[in-house]
Amino acid sequence: MTAELTLPADALANQDLANNAQLRYIASQAADSRINVELETEGMTLNIGPQHPATHGTLRIVAKLDGEQVIEAQPIMGYMHRGYEKLTEVRTYPQVTTLINRIDWVGSFANEVPFILAAEELMDVEAPPRAQWIRTALFEMGRIANIMLFLGDMAVQLGGITAVFYAFRDREFVLNQIESATGGRFHPNFNRIGGIKDDLPAGWIEETKSAMVKVREFCDEMEDLVVGNEIFQSRCRGVGVIPAELAKEYGLSGANLRGSGVDWDLRRDEPSPLAWSEIDWKVWTHPDGDSFSRYWVRLQETREASLMVEKLLDNLPAGPIMAKVPRIIKVPEGESYVQTENPLGAMGYYVVSKGELTPFRVKIRTASFSNMSITPWLLEGVYVPDIATILASLYFILGDIDR
Amino acid sequence: MLTPLALEFAYWQETIVKIVIGLVAVLLPTGALVYMFLFKMMSFMQSRLGPMETGPHGAMQLLAEFGKFLQKEDIFPSKADRWVFAAAPFVVLVSTFMLVLVLPGGPSAYFTDLSTGIYFALAVSSVSVIGTLMAGWGSNSKYALLGGLRAAGQLIAYELPLVLSVVGVVIMAGTLNLREIVLSQSDFGIWFIIPQFLGFLIYLIAIQAELTQPPFDMPVAESELVTGYLTEYSGLRFLLFFIAEFATAAIFSAIGATLFLGGWTIPFVDPTAEFMNYIGPFVLGIKMIGIAFLIFWFRVTYPRFREDQLQRLAWKFLIPLALFNIVVTAVFKVVF
Amino acid sequence: MPKMPGMIVGLGVTAKTFFKTVFPDGPFSPPSPSKGAHTVAYPHVKEAPPDRARGVIALHDENCTACMLCARECPDWCIYIEGHKELAPPRRAGGKPRQANKLDRFDIDFALCMYCGICVDVCPFDALFWSPEFEFSELKLADLLHDKERLGDWMETVPEFGPYEAGADQKVRKVPSTS
Ligand code: SF4
Ligand code: SF4
Repeated sequence: MTAELTLPADALANQDLANNAQLRYIASQAADSRINVELETEGMTLNIGPQHPATHGTLRIVAKLDGEQVIEAQPIMGYMHRGYEKLTEVRTYPQVTTLINRIDWVGSFANEVPFILAAEELMDVEAPPRAQWIRTALFEMGRIANIMLFLGDMAVQLGGITAVFYAFRDREFVLNQIESATGGRFHPNFNRIGGIKDDLPAGWIEETKSAMVKVREFCDEMEDLVVGNEIFQSRCRGVGVIPAELAKEYGLSGANLRGSGVDWDLRRDEPSPLAWSEIDWKVWTHPDGDSFSRYWVRLQETREASLMVEKLLDNLPAGPIMAKVPRIIKVPEGESYVQTENPLGAMGYYVVSKGELTPFRVKIRTASFSNMSITPWLLEGVYVPDIATILASLYFILGDIDR
Repeated sequence: MLTPLALEFAYWQETIVKIVIGLVAVLLPTGALVYMFLFKMMSFMQSRLGPMETGPHGAMQLLAEFGKFLQKEDIFPSKADRWVFAAAPFVVLVSTFMLVLVLPGGPSAYFTDLSTGIYFALAVSSVSVIGTLMAGWGSNSKYALLGGLRAAGQLIAYELPLVLSVVGVVIMAGTLNLREIVLSQSDFGIWFIIPQFLGFLIYLIAIQAELTQPPFDMPVAESELVTGYLTEYSGLRFLLFFIAEFATAAIFSAIGATLFLGGWTIPFVDPTAEFMNYIGPFVLGIKMIGIAFLIFWFRVTYPRFREDQLQRLAWKFLIPLALFNIVVTAVFKVVF
Repeated sequence: MPKMPGMIVGLGVTAKTFFKTVFPDGPFSPPSPSKGAHTVAYPHVKEAPPDRARGVIALHDENCTACMLCARECPDWCIYIEGHKELAPPRRAGGKPRQANKLDRFDIDFALCMYCGICVDVCPFDALFWSPEFEFSELKLADLLHDKERLGDWMETVPEFGPYEAGADQKVRKVPSTS
């Protein structure tokens, strides 16, 4: 309907384009604000949250409004702080995994992995290949379970209620598979230092593959229902543009970074004992840096992840699933930092051990916390409806921010 | 209107009967629409079952909801503008009930036969804006205020395409009276949806916005404004808003059916026959359900616009289109 | 081919889902939404969780030696164990009576439990098992404390361990018979 809609959808790797869209957007905003200055209206402070449908959790955003335009916005977090960094200091290593998979509760398998890898690095054990492959497959399934929720939720934030029901419907197939392998739908607690808890039950690989087909059908459906919809595009294109440089400066990671055209994926760029380097797959990026490109990148990633799971399960090596570890786990003195590309972005654990049963100190780097930090810059000058779009497209899980 | 019953009534008796029939005429289609579309069709479109427990396939769910809302506490926010807050739902509801007055259900089955019927309907429908604004203002809540203001801007913007889209029909029929519009459609031998298809589309979009149904539901956008001007309402008053919203949906669909789908008439059947007074309302009801189906289908499928995009759509797109439609219609009317 | 407007394609998606839900067996069969829908009417229809699901913990108390390992390893210390030593009858006729630990009390507080499965894992004597049973909600928080008898009753619902996927190196364990 309008000029903003005509940005080419799949224009690749063109940095000027992102800047152009940004400039055009700023110009349109400036034109609007000029009118407001002439009218000299009084500002209003709107508290979005701590309990508000757009913040899916207990995030609070204090927005100073001029009419429907945001002059200034500050995120205030910490309403859900659960003190995991401190708690881990009084829990033994096996007990820690059960706590930390509650950090990002929709893709929880992925939370355990970096911690276990850090502990394994300190103890100098390495899980056998079969365990690594199963870990990787479940990691990607956690990613699918997580991002599918986003794909539906973003549409809900824009008012299209149906997509989220499809997301929950098809996510169920993935969760069922996670549950029948690990025993827990949301909190698998399946990783052990030196391997995984149990091998896969018979018939699981076939079922999982059919679930992955369903995931891809869901992705096609989302492409028709959401991505192709002109209203959705007009709400997202050019809204919340993050230039690539700025994205790097604010320490964004995950699809938010790749949505700005930065080709950076820890699964590929960081050596890891997990099986990502053994199969071929593609890192998706989109040059625009707006809300639409973030949605698009995540959609492609979900599809890619489902293909990865199939490839991993096709080539699953045989063998044991546990390395030799002592019954009582004591981690030798030392420090290690391991980060992986989690569904929400880069997640890292910095583990310091003094050679005791419990870690001495654990620092958790979560993706949502850093992704959140850009919101004051991003929300300045946008309209109230765009707050919902931008927050949804940044995609944070409150547990991942506050941990 | 009661002549078909061949009964003589005193004025007060007739009034009471009319009120009862009016209530039934508003609440029955509303309930049917909410159950059929909002509960069941929406659930099926989302791969779920919808209400199943109350009655066969959840048919009694609405009564259960009704009872639930009646039990709830009627909460007034502190520092709310009490009278405004309390009166707002009734203002909205009154506009709904006045709409049904001019709707003809048969050649002589109607409440009143105004010669300016369609314009009375469109004028009355905009009274609900005042109720919405009152709700937004009276709640003493920023979300409600923003929602109320959005609603006012939106309803005013879409009043215009709504009126203009109807003008084409009026030009073709040569009358403002809804009953005569229906009759002229059977005179033409063709429902106005075919010559006035553009007008019908504009009418559909405009009532979608008028009813604040997605994709035009910014006044109650739950992800931005919680539920807009409804945020602070509970219990009975919320129920009244709810009824008003869907009753207006039903009535606008019925008006649409009257204007574009030939109202109570059935093709090749004499529209002024006596028995049409009895069948007519049901025929109208079926046509109404057809249009309401479209409204709810859009509701299920689309995400919502942004406020400025909505205004742009109305002023830059729909109104010129409607004017174009009027010009073309007028030219054809003169030529033929 | 000209591209269909996305808004019309979207309408198609919802309409298709509608027909898939209402007519799961094709358009000429009678409508049966309860089959086509992906949700089930829960209290009437139940979905069976997989065998490995961590629903509730069952205790096979003949195997338990009150060694307290599970209670110690539990991350939120919600297992309460008391026991005493006593002389058990000899295993073979004519042998010496042997020392055995007898359980007096074995309670798990499911109001605190995180369903992590550590206790089941660490038990060296195969006394604890997961049952996929999940319907044990209570009206009072205190009733979620399951004692030895209640935990023992869950043993009946413990499924046999299933076989593993090809290439696995694990041995399939056995659930002790309850009778
Ligand atoms: S499952 Fe975990 S929390 Fe529950 S009793 Fe066992 S060890 Fe404790
Ligand atoms: S259940 Fe197992 S770990 Fe716990 S006390 Fe009994 S034997 Fe020991």
